[in-house]
Formats: sequence, C-alpha cells, structure tokens
Amino acid sequence: MTTLQILWFCIIGLLFAIFVFLEGFDFGVGMATRLIAKDQDEQIAIQSSIGPHWDGNETWLVTAGGAMFASIPMWYASLFSAYYYLLMLVLVALIIRGVSFEFTKHAESKSGKNFWLWLFFLGSALAPFFLVMMLTSMIQGIPLNANGDATGLGFFDVVNWLSIVGGIAGVCLSLVHGLNFLRLRMSGSLADRARNMNKVLYPILFVGEVLFALLVIFQTDFFTKKLVSSLIITILIVLFSLLGYYGVLKDRAGWSFVGSGLSLSAVIVLIFNGMFPRVMISTIKGNDILLKNAANSQYTLTVMTIVACILVPIVLIYFIWSYTLFTKKINPKDNAVKY
Amino acid sequence: MYGLGLTIVGLARFQFAMTTVFHFFFVPFSIGMGFVVAIMETIYAVKKDEVYRTMAKFWGKIFLLSFAVGIVTGLIQEFQFGMNWSEYSRFMGDVFGAPLAIEALLAFFIESVFIGIWMFTWDRFTPGWHAFMIWMTSIGTMLSAIWILAANSFMQHPTGFTIAVMGGHTRIKLTSFGDVVANPQLWRVFPHLIIAAIMTAGVVIAGMSAYGLLRKKKGENHFFKTSLRYGLWVGLVGALLTIVAGDFQTQQMLKDQPMKFAATEGIYKTTKDPAPWTVIETIDAKGHKASHQVEIPKVLSLLTYHKTSGSVKGMNEINKELNNEYGNKKFGTQMGSELDFYPPAKTLFWSFRIMTAIAFIILIFDFLGLLFSRKNKDTIENKRWLLHLLGIGIWVPFIGNSAGWFVTEFGRYPWIVYGLFTISQAVSPSSTIGSLLFSNILYFVLFAFLGGVMVWYSRQTLHQGPYFEEKDSKQNVDPFAKEAFGK
Ligand code: HDD
Ligand code: HEM
Ligand code: HEM
Repeated sequence: MTTLQILWFCIIGLLFAIFVFLEGFDFGVGMATRLIAKDQDEQIAIQSSIGPHWDGNETWLVTAGGAMFASIPMWYASLFSAYYYLLMLVLVALIIRGVSFEFTKHAESKSGKNFWLWLFFLGSALAPFFLVMMLTSMIQGIPLNANGDATGLGFFDVVNWLSIVGGIAGVCLSLVHGLNFLRLRMSGSLADRARNMNKVLYPILFVGEVLFALLVIFQTDFFTKKLVSSLIITILIVLFSLLGYYGVLKDRAGWSFVGSGLSLSAVIVLIFNGMFPRVMISTIKGNDILLKNAANSQYTLTVMTIVACILVPIVLIYFIWSYTLFTKKINPKDNAVKY
Repeated sequence: MYGLGLTIVGLARFQFAMTTVFHFFFVPFSIGMGFVVAIMETIYAVKKDEVYRTMAKFWGKIFLLSFAVGIVTGLIQEFQFGMNWSEYSRFMGDVFGAPLAIEALLAFFIESVFIGIWMFTWDRFTPGWHAFMIWMTSIGTMLSAIWILAANSFMQHPTGFTIAVMGGHTRIKLTSFGDVVANPQLWRVFPHLIIAAIMTAGVVIAGMSAYGLLRKKKGENHFFKTSLRYGLWVGLVGALLTIVAGDFQTQQMLKDQPMKFAATEGIYKTTKDPAPWTVIETIDAKGHKASHQVEIPKVLSLLTYHKTSGSVKGMNEINKELNNEYGNKKFGTQMGSELDFYPPAKTLFWSFRIMTAIAFIILIFDFLGLLFSRKNKDTIENKRWLLHLLGIGIWVPFIGNSAGWFVTEFGRYPWIVYGLFTISQAVSPSSTIGSLLFSNILYFVLFAFLGGVMVWYSRQTLHQGPYFEEKDSKQNVDPFAKEAFGK
C-alpha cells in the first residue's frame, strides 16, 4: 500500500463525511415539512431555507462518487453493481426531491404544490434510509467472487437487523440535524417547534445509537479487528449527539447544529476506519477487495492529488461564502417567501 | 442484430442510451440557455434597458426548469457506470475517473453554488454583479462539458495510455494526462456540441416568442419581438457555425474511424473516384448492400476532401482491414468466418442525414424570420404561418442533438473503447435481466414524467407571460432580503 492510496481512501472518506454533514440537514429539512409545519406556506418556507444550497450540498455526493471512480475504481465498480436495487432507490429518491424545489414554485394550484411537497418529503426520508442501509450492509460483508462481483447477493445480505436499524438511525439523525438547522434559519414559532420536536427525538436517537453500536459489535468485525479506534469513534458519535442535546436543552442552536452534523460525519469515519485496508468485505474467504489492489496507478493518483490540492480549497472558499449570503431568518408570514 | 434486445447487454445498452438521451435532452438546452441569459443580463447591466432584465428573468425561469431536470438525470449517469458497466469501470477507471472527478470539483460546484446564488439574489446585487453569478454558472456548464467529453473522446479515440495488469485485472493505465486532455477528438467535438447547444437555446427562445406574438396579449409585443429577434440571431449564427464545426469533425472521423464515416454515408463498396454523394438509399444491413440510391455525382468528394476527386472506402473493405488489425484478438461478435465490425448502418445513415438537414432547416427558418422582422419592414406578425413554423421548430434542434449522439455512439460499435474493449465485455457480471428490466422501466417512466412536467411548466410560464410576477409578485423573490418585498 502506498501513501497516495491511503491518502485517497481518506479523501473519499472526507468527501462522504462532508456530504452527510451537509445533505444530512437537507434531508432533515425535507422531512420537517410534514412534521412541524402547520400549513402550506410554512412548508414552502421550510423548503426555501435550503433552496440556494441543496444542489451544492448534493454535489459533494457527486464528487465523492467521481473521486471513488477516479482513485479506487474496483471499489466503485463492485459496490455500485452489487447494490443495484438499493442504489436505484436512492437515485429515485434524490431525483424526486431534486426536481421538487423548482416544480413546487411552478405548480399553480394548492394541490399541485402539495404533490411536489409530498415528493420532497418522501425523497428526503427515503434517500438517507436506503443510503445508510447500503453502507451498513456493506460493512457486514457480502458474497463477492474473485472478480469482485456480488453475483450471489441474497435479500438478507442487504436487508437485515443492522441495516434496518442503521437506516432508521440514519433517518432519525438526519431529521434531528435538519431541525437543528431550521432552528438557526427560521424565525418565530417554527424555530420553537423544531426545538420542541428535538427534545422528544434526542432520547429516541440515543436508544437507536446504542442499538446500532451493539449490532455493529456483533454483526461486523470492526470491534474484533480495531477495538480501540472503533470504540473511540463510537463514543465520539454519542458525545456529539449529547452536545446536540445540550444545545437543545440550553437553547443553543449553533451547538446543536454542529453536534448533530459531526455525529453524522463520525458515522462515516467509523465505517471507513473499520473497512481499512479493505474496501469491500467478502463473505467468501480470500475475496476481500484490498485497497492496494483496487486503487489506480501512482501516476493517476498523483495527477488527482495535484488537482484536488488546487481545487478543493477554492471550492471551499466560495462554498462557504455562498452560505454567508443567506443568513437572514425566514419568516413564513412574509408573503415573499411564497413562491 | 445489434443487441438492443432482451439480453443483459441489450438491456444495459438500452438503458444507457435511454438515460443519456434524456439527459442530453436537457443538457444542451441548459448550456445554451445559461449562456444566452448571461448575455441578456449583461446587456441589461450595460444598457440599463428594462426589457433585457425582463428577458433575463423570464428566460431564466425556463432555464432553471431545464437545469433542475438536467441535474437529476445526470445523477443517474454518474452511478450507472458502476451499476451496469462494472467491467468497463474496472477497465477504464485509471483514465475515466479523473475527468469525471475533475468535472465534479471544477464544474459542478461552480454551477450548483452560483445558480443557487443567482436564483435568489435578483434584488441584492447590482446588475453587473448579478450577471456575474449567471456567467459563473454558464462557464461551469461549459467546463463540465469539456471534462465529460474528454472521457467520451478517449472512448472514441484513445490517447496517452498503455495496457497493464494492475491489482490482478488487465486494465488501461494512464501514461499522459496531457494527451487525454489534448485529444484531437475532444477539441473537435467540443465546439460542435457547444455551438449546437447555444443554437438550441436560440431556436427555443425564437419559437416560444413566436407563440407569444401569436397570442397578441397587451403589452407583451415589445418583449416578444425583442426576444424573437434575439433568438433568431442566435439560431442563425449558431446553425452556420455548427456546420463549420461539423465539417471539422467529419475530417477527424474520416481519419480515426473510417468505418463510422462509411456507415454515415451508407457506403458498402468503395466508391468510384470522384465519389458521388448518396442523398437517400435503402440499406440492407444484413446483406451488406445498399440499393435504390439517389446520387449526385462528385459531391461526396467535395464534401469530404473539399476537392473534386478522391474515392471513399466502403464498409466491406474496412471490415477486412479491421479484421486484419483486430480479428485475431477475438474482438467483435462472430459472424460466419469473419468477425463483424459493421456498425448499425441504417441508424447512422439516417441520423446523420437528419442532423445535417436540421442545420439547414434552422438556417432557412431563422433567415426568413429575420428578414420579415427587420426594422423598416416588420411584417412578421401578419405571417402567421411563419410564426407557427417557428413555434413547431422548437423541437427540431432536440432531434438534431440526439441524432448527433446516435452517430457518435452507435458508430463506435462493436467497441465501447475504440479498438480496446467491446461493449459485451463491459457489462456488469452481476446484472440480471430482471434487475435491468426493472430499472429500465422505472427510469423510463420517471424521466418521461419529469420531461413532460418540465415542458408543461415551460408552456405555462409562457402563458403567464413575462409580466406575470409583477401582478402577482410571487416568483423568484429573494425570501431573505427585506428590500425584495417593498415594491
Ligand atoms: C456536453 C455536455 C454533457 C454531457 C455529454 C453530459 N453531461 Fe451531465 N451535465 C452537463 C453536461 C453534460 C451539465 C450542462 O453540466 C448539466 C446539465 C444541467 C446541469 O445542471 O448540469 C449536467 C448535470 C450532470 C450531473 C448533476 C450535476 C449536479 O449535481 O450539479 C451529473 C452527476 C452529470 N451531469 C453526470 C454526467 C455523466 C456521468 C455523463 C456521461 C454519460 C454526462 N453527465 C453527460
Ligand atoms: C460524454 C459522455 C458520454 C459517455 C462517457 C458515454 C458513454 C457511453 C457508454 C458507456 C455506452 C454504453 C456502451 C455502448 O452501448 O456503446 C454508451 C452508449 C450510448 N450512448 Fe453514450 N456516452 C456519453 C454521452 C452520450 C450522450 C450525451 C448521448 C446522447 C444524448 C449518448 C448516446 C448514447 C447512445 C444512443 C448509446 C447506445 C449506443 C449503443 O448501444 O451502441 N451518449 N455511451
Ligand atoms: C451540416 C451540418 C453538420 C455536420 C456536418 C455535422 C457533423 C457531425 C459529425 C461528423 C458528428 C460525429 C462526430 C463523431 O462521431 O466523432 C457530429 C456529432 C454531433 N452533432 Fe453534428 N453536424 C452537423 C449539424 C448538427 C446540428 C444542426 C446539430 C444540433 C442540432 C448537431 C449536433 C451534434 C451532436 C450533439 C453530436 C454528438 C456529439 C459530438 O460528437 O459532437 N450537429 N456532427
């Protein structure tokens, strides 16, 4: 294994971690439209809070996928071809929520808007569920043949206790994160409702996290192979969530938002840490896909490293700047928010 | 015969073709619209003529609709390589991934961030700065085209690589990134495609404005007249330049992929010298013959070599040459004693004719439109037939764009990476007919629905007219700025 290979494994992990931090609240905001809004105006106001950002956030996923293809194509090929159905569902969920932003604006009637808002909600709830399901199924190992193809993949390889609990926990964490975001962005009673809802959700989330940790211990080799680091990261996940809960109780929305975002990112770190130095785990002995075999040539990795070193900082600068443009709190009563 | 039937490869190919055609329905429109809207807004920023602001806003709305569907259909493309073409991804990863990742980092971020800003800040920035945001978006779309086309061009004409065993797989190994970017194929495809995209936007704007004029709503005449002439100019110049750029591509194709060229001209037997140009013919693809030809003497030599002599090689001869070159490497599908390198000639022949005819159709219509709407003799409103034709003409460039890709992609048969990797080698071993049928149907239904909705909402936006939001003050107002609702 070379330094560059390890570096790119980390970069992909980082890209996914940023993606879940950002798109996590997008998903949560989408779910919140059905949970804390009282009428359509409020739903649309909630949707508009991420109107300028959602596409940029999703681009982190596109970049992570592209980077995976560019640096570890064997992983890209095996993972995506194995989880054909799940990924298809993820894509459909992302598609229906992606178009809903624009189409809600254009729908003239109340029921037309309602239709797109429902798709927005459904897409936002299903995408994280299926996505986390894929990741949590992946870490348990699937029957890969010597070529790296999951030709014998069974239903229960994909749908099992860990992946279901993982999926639900992922949805719950995204929702909590989205509500924390709304506390920052909405004015008046919507922010209060978001906070009140999180008061209820956090205790449930803790149960989910503990259950998830237990299942990871029993269903994966993370804790047998990497006890210390896995333990530390698991504790961090819970600590970050506790920080979020603290922010809810003390009415510190900023702390809550950072806390819930970091717990999402930490889940990705747990997964990547546990996988290393494998990129896919096979239940058939000897067929694990190892980073050292799966990565691209040194030359390509060097090119990519140079490109990333130049472009990522620039992207971060204007990406963060774009967030600073939209800081005024949104009040659904202002008629301007109605598209 | 060419395997688009109910086999794993056939279904995977159908899905790729279907989803890219859908994606590329919106892509050229987005690229072109972004560019022309940026120019409209710049004119406003410079001249302060209110009508250009209204134009940028109105056509901007149509642009956003197309952009939204463009994004979500692109999402599928990105993952499809891994899902359906895993062997291809393994083989091509060393080369393909880099452009794709750079596209995301360099282009998609610019597009997505600046479009988000542009949409919501009409009343926040000075006109110049606001125009800057749409310029960034437009540049982003063009950059994204360069990088994805770099990957596609490699598949058409591989450069800067060797074949090596890496991690137990025989794969392409990149040796020169510079060669991939400097690929001559790329720099001939890119101008043709970008100009065609801008032309597409011009034609749509002209067509929708023609409908706008036909409706004769009070107070909208000036707006639609200005837009009409703007769109017609863009379409006219675009059509001219597309032809020029297309000619460059033809030269490249002749050099790199003579088989594709022979197929677009429907030539089986090498022609006489000088070569006559076949306008139409009936093609017997199985029997490798063409008949019932309508020919114009010498013209093909003129078109291909720009002189009145020179013959053009036919597919039969090229098939022999390709057999000599690649036959022993077991590429292609077995056909009799010889390997079959014949691309689907009918599709190529007709697609090419449709594409080129469309350039001239647009040229003629837009010329007529400009002629009848010129300043001192503006009679276009009485020429309802022309306005109707321009309106129907909205669809024409879309057909042209798809036809162009049909030529490019079907003409590569039987390879997925020219000369190196065949389509049937590329497909995912874990794919099943069931999973592919399921995804094909799902994507088709979803995309047809979204495309339909997009067209419907564009139509509705046209009906509402450019001054809709002032009456209603609802659309696209920055929800975050207090100034926005002081009107
Ligand atoms: C010549 C131009 C061109 C071509 C051939 C393709 N695309 Fe595309 N794509 C664009 C030009 C474009 C664009 C203009 O940049 C889009 C369309 C509208 C938009 O929002 O961006 C886009 C969007 C888009 C997105 C969403 C980006 C976002 O989230 O902002 C993805 C992931 C892809 N494309 C990926 C692909 C892949 C994998 C292709 C290969 C089959 C492909 N595109 C062909
Ligand atoms: C620039 C990025 C593109 C890449 C990398 C690409 C790559 C591919 C691949 C991998 C296939 C499947 C293998 C095959 O059947 O040949 C394919 C087929 C096809 N693509 Fe593209 N494509 C691109 C753009 C497009 C666009 C924009 C269109 C049209 C709108 C298009 C139209 C088609 C068609 C019609 C096929 C089917 C051809 C066949 O099955 O032989 N492609 N392309
Ligand atoms: C006389 C006019 C034209 C000529 C000579 C011409 C020539 C060509 C050629 C030779 C190709 C195939 C390149 C390859 O496979 O390597 C091509 C592709 C293409 N054409 Fe045209 N074309 C013309 C008009 C048009 C028009 C009017 C449009 C759009 C409405 C268009 C859109 C495209 C597109 C999108 C492609 C596929 C991408 C590419 O390879 O550039 N073309 N054209």
